[in-house]
Amino acid sequence: MTITQEPQAGTREVGRDRRRKEDQRLITGRTKWTNNIELPGMLHLSMVRSPFAHARITGIDTTEAKAAPGVMAVLTGEDLKDQQGSLPNAWPVTPEQKAPPHPAVAVDRVTFSGEIVAVVVARSAAAARDAAELVDVDYEELDAVIDLKVAAADEVLAHPDLGTNESALWVFDSAEAGTGDDVEAAIRDAEVLIEREFRQQRLIPSFMEPRSVVVDPTGEQFVMWSATQVPHILRLMLALTLGVAESKVRVIAPDVGGGFGGKLQVTPEEVITFLVARHTGKPCKWNETRSESLLAAHHGRDQWQKLTLAAKADGTVTGLKVQLIANMGAYLGLVTSGVPILGAFMFNAIYKFPSYRFECQNVFTNTTWTDAYRGAGRPEATFAIERMMDELATELGRDPLEVREQNWIKHEEFPFTTVAGLEYDSGNYEAATARAKELFKYDELRAEQARRRESGDRVQLGLGVSTFTEMCGLAPSRVLGSLAYGAGGWEHASVRMLPSGKVEVITGSSAHGQGHETAWSQIVADQLGVPFEDVEVLHGDTQISHKGLDTYGSRSLVVGGQAVIKAAQKVIEKAKPLAAHVLEANVADLEFADGKFTVRGAGADQEGLSLTGLALSVFAAHDLPDGMEASLDADATYDPVNFSYPHGTHLCAMEVDTETGETTMRSYVCVDDIGTVVNPLIVDGQIHGGLVQGIAQALWEEAVYDDQGTLITGSFVDYTLPTSADTISFVTDRTVTPSTTNDLGAKGVGEAGTIASTPAVVNAVLDALRPLGVTDIVMPCTPERVWNAIQGAAHQPVVEEAAPHFDESAPNQDTPETEGGTL
Amino acid sequence: MIPAPFDYAAPATVEEALTLLSEHGDEAKVMAGGQSLLPVLRMRLNAPELVVDISRIESLKGIDDTGDAIRIGAATTYQEVLDSDLVREHLGLLHKAVSEIADPQIRHRGTVCGALAHADPAGDVGAPVLALDATMEVQSRGVVGPRQVAAADFFVDLFETAVGDGELLTAVTIPKHTGWGSHYEKFVRVSHQWAIIGIAAAVRSEGGVIAEARVGMTNMGSKPLRAPGVEAALAGQPATEEAIGEICARAGEGTEPPSDLNGQADYRRHLAGVLTRRAVLAAAGG
Amino acid sequence: MTKISVTVDGVNYEDEVEPRTLLVHYLREQLGKTGTVVGCDTSNCGACTVHLDGRSVKSCNMLAVQADGSEVTTIEGLADGETLSPVQEAFRDCHALQCGYCTPGMIMQATDLLRENPTPDEAYVRQHMEGNLCRCTGYHNIVQAVLQAADAGQGGEQS
Repeated sequence: MTITQEPQAGTREVGRDRRRKEDQRLITGRTKWTNNIELPGMLHLSMVRSPFAHARITGIDTTEAKAAPGVMAVLTGEDLKDQQGSLPNAWPVTPEQKAPPHPAVAVDRVTFSGEIVAVVVARSAAAARDAAELVDVDYEELDAVIDLKVAAADEVLAHPDLGTNESALWVFDSAEAGTGDDVEAAIRDAEVLIEREFRQQRLIPSFMEPRSVVVDPTGEQFVMWSATQVPHILRLMLALTLGVAESKVRVIAPDVGGGFGGKLQVTPEEVITFLVARHTGKPCKWNETRSESLLAAHHGRDQWQKLTLAAKADGTVTGLKVQLIANMGAYLGLVTSGVPILGAFMFNAIYKFPSYRFECQNVFTNTTWTDAYRGAGRPEATFAIERMMDELATELGRDPLEVREQNWIKHEEFPFTTVAGLEYDSGNYEAATARAKELFKYDELRAEQARRRESGDRVQLGLGVSTFTEMCGLAPSRVLGSLAYGAGGWEHASVRMLPSGKVEVITGSSAHGQGHETAWSQIVADQLGVPFEDVEVLHGDTQISHKGLDTYGSRSLVVGGQAVIKAAQKVIEKAKPLAAHVLEANVADLEFADGKFTVRGAGADQEGLSLTGLALSVFAAHDLPDGMEASLDADATYDPVNFSYPHGTHLCAMEVDTETGETTMRSYVCVDDIGTVVNPLIVDGQIHGGLVQGIAQALWEEAVYDDQGTLITGSFVDYTLPTSADTISFVTDRTVTPSTTNDLGAKGVGEAGTIASTPAVVNAVLDALRPLGVTDIVMPCTPERVWNAIQGAAHQPVVEEAAPHFDESAPNQDTPETEGGTL
Repeated sequence: MIPAPFDYAAPATVEEALTLLSEHGDEAKVMAGGQSLLPVLRMRLNAPELVVDISRIESLKGIDDTGDAIRIGAATTYQEVLDSDLVREHLGLLHKAVSEIADPQIRHRGTVCGALAHADPAGDVGAPVLALDATMEVQSRGVVGPRQVAAADFFVDLFETAVGDGELLTAVTIPKHTGWGSHYEKFVRVSHQWAIIGIAAAVRSEGGVIAEARVGMTNMGSKPLRAPGVEAALAGQPATEEAIGEICARAGEGTEPPSDLNGQADYRRHLAGVLTRRAVLAAAGG
Repeated sequence: MTKISVTVDGVNYEDEVEPRTLLVHYLREQLGKTGTVVGCDTSNCGACTVHLDGRSVKSCNMLAVQADGSEVTTIEGLADGETLSPVQEAFRDCHALQCGYCTPGMIMQATDLLRENPTPDEAYVRQHMEGNLCRCTGYHNIVQAVLQAADAGQGGEQS
């Protein structure tokens, strides 16, 4: 069995379902995870963590731990307070944003359960763990605020020194911004007004590879290996946080086992491992357990969303007002504060209503801090608007797809400037929806649903719709600047022409499962006319890839891929003078195709000059044109001019057992338009994985704290990730309207599935149960919640119209306290 | 995570094992497959001085036909139970319940007796073993032959059984229920979870009428439960939803199931009623 | 310390281990078999799955001393030289992995599954892969890969 495929001459690589280059090492166990790294004399770290959500540290006795076998050091916040700085927040969303200092090791106060209070350093991981049990910490418990709404009331404070739990209030108003009308007027004049409140529960990213850090302080540079999505950002932030010269720090992200935003962070553990390595002069390793990961790696989502949608009686939406409370947790991590703001531009989704207002109140609680998790702000927005469109359809007694179509941007209306001020360059919602309906057998399922309703079947069928778009390709630096983000959104690439004819591509976009090594090879093979196999993609090491902004926000292909194209184009330009010199032609007369330079008009039988041959000539440098440097290598930095806007229509059929509340997915169809596809195999994989993460939010996952602030879902026994036995095979298809903002025409796919699927599932469950009077179920829609909703509805007269305005007794007004201890 | 240090012994005979257990008292933990013990040790929820591995004791291995019962030794894995023709033929209910335990990898190592001794109320083997009137063999040091403990007396409370310090559960003997229909209805949110509740039902039918029924319940209290009132009322009923629906709906009455992340007590009681009906009908039908 | 004798991927090792050493830690740290990884501490995720005397087990949920006298096969011992096993081949061909962290466990469990049942249907595959968590693929392509390996008619481990 061979693992390479024969390239077909003349076939473009972009668009082929190339098997991945990465896989050979991953399927044979020849992998380099951070935790595989062992260095001579290496010491191991174990963290001592607070069991309390909010407490004063009144004393730490490390005597016994220091005396334990194999222990080299035990360090506390007191020991590290002058070196550890404050962990960075790169996104002060308002000039007035309030935030507490963020120590890697707590010094005198802990503010969430799981916060580090001491670190034990020993000759083995087992010895470190044993000694960590011996560190004796005295705490004086303080009042903790755990619940988001309680925190928003600002009575018990997560950080008393701040004087408030309110970190920042961020507002966008289309009338003030000049991008639309006044939403209050739309609400005043509404013929139909829908008011709802939705809960975005807290989730845990749950990448499969636990976080791990190794720091080697020997040699001139500190070398840090870390299971991170962001080696470049990490290097810069370590330098800024610790006052070390950036040039003395090298960060390597070797094989990284998933991230989903969860490894988009500068962590306390990275800072601590660095400091301990510096302190001991020895290589140091920290490797987390899964329980530690669930407890202390950042969480995601966690919002209350209050929505007011104004419409005309004919179904035309006239405005949307969004009021969010967003849970920051105890601290602001790298982009904690900005995550809900990323949703600000997406609540209007694919619709063209004229007025819009978004308010987001960021609030501190004594819980693990939140930050990016797949989709980051956009799944929350999409869920809200897609649930609201269903509520509108229900209110009007119309088909949910029909009401959506009435309000969405028609394909002939692109480019379209939205009420949130973004310019959508391309899309065709009609085409994607038509294809999805066909694959889903929408009309047949509606007929079956009617039959089951008619017969009072114990198992009811519901059909759920989600039409979505998202902003990908984070991000135009000017836009980031206007949002006060602390960095740009460009990406960097280099192409090196090796004398042997091989090509090295260096990308600043650091992959952790996305398949960059394969996709970038396909792109470069087309650009330079070299075999796919001859391209080697290097990434994830700041000494090799010295410049980059890493992987998140579905940015790699549309920003990083474009940088690769620019660099490849520069290589061709650099080669032209030499080609002209050898061919004795004018540069202006040269043509480049399929890896060869030819002279225009010199006939079809000319041999031409291969780029790889020129690379060897440049290496020898025996006969270069005057003034030409002996290199074809090129760098490019690309800053996107606009976001890209993938979209799609997702349809989901759910069966709901009305006796037990159990839900079962019957079928799921999605038709996504992500522009030009580089590798359909990889794209489908991204969609599948995204779908299950989004479905898991709808049905299974929730991080739950008890009243004291202890994480109840602290292991995979209780934080219930779905398995193969809980999920189904999906039907995926695509429509293609190329993006106009990059040369590939690509739009980004990393988050699409996650963003679209959650509302499709919840809409389907509700669609099954609306005849029973159920109008909302808080996520995740557990069997018990579904059953309770049915019971609650059974005791009330069936209400066909939507629930009243924020009535305390309305089912969608559930607060954690009323859910019978499940929160 | 790494367990706290402990000593390890793998005795070759029951006598050696009992000697070790009596010497170390409650500082010793017995391990058969270790599938429930290892997570406990890794999370450092328990730190015994000594782990006594009984999996290498030959006399504890195997599944035997004792005439009117099947005897399963303490070192017998779930997979061996699943692969056993004796179990499939005579203890259909146990076979179904074991096939629902955790996942294949766990079933390759874990043991029926280990789970019984661990006595997690959410474990899947307690309810069928109780429903099928099993007898546990509990051996003490210096005593000839094991004492026989009826399943009804074996389970004491949460993680607590009739096995005392220094004693060893050496086998479970389960009366044959040849020709009985059976079903184990396990209710979970995701498949690798412990049972939110489980209903074990075995039914002997005669011409479409339930002659005898056995119903055991998983995670409906601090130990496996049986529903004797339901069992008695089912006898003589035709195996139809109309006939048994009301009877089965009472399965949860008087129970005190836990309230936790996966369900409040009243929801579990409701589920018990619904799932008992389904399990009994499935058992009667097959 | 306890002395154990274990055959791993065809090589016999005699080693002293602390009784508390998990089999996975013995494989990784003493033998350098880092292809097998740890993903959780509650035996839920299955990333550490290896074969013990021919059956799949979670190597983080057993002690090295329990493997004394046994034969262990890890992901590193599955291919025959340069020739991938049918399951490895199917995983690559079906794009059944992204980050690859769960992959060793998935492949080892799939291999065991196909030895138990060489002609599974989708439901059987989904049910018998339930002890292995993946966060990247949504399981879709993993299930396809196992079915494809079954169709190839030789899912079993090569020995």
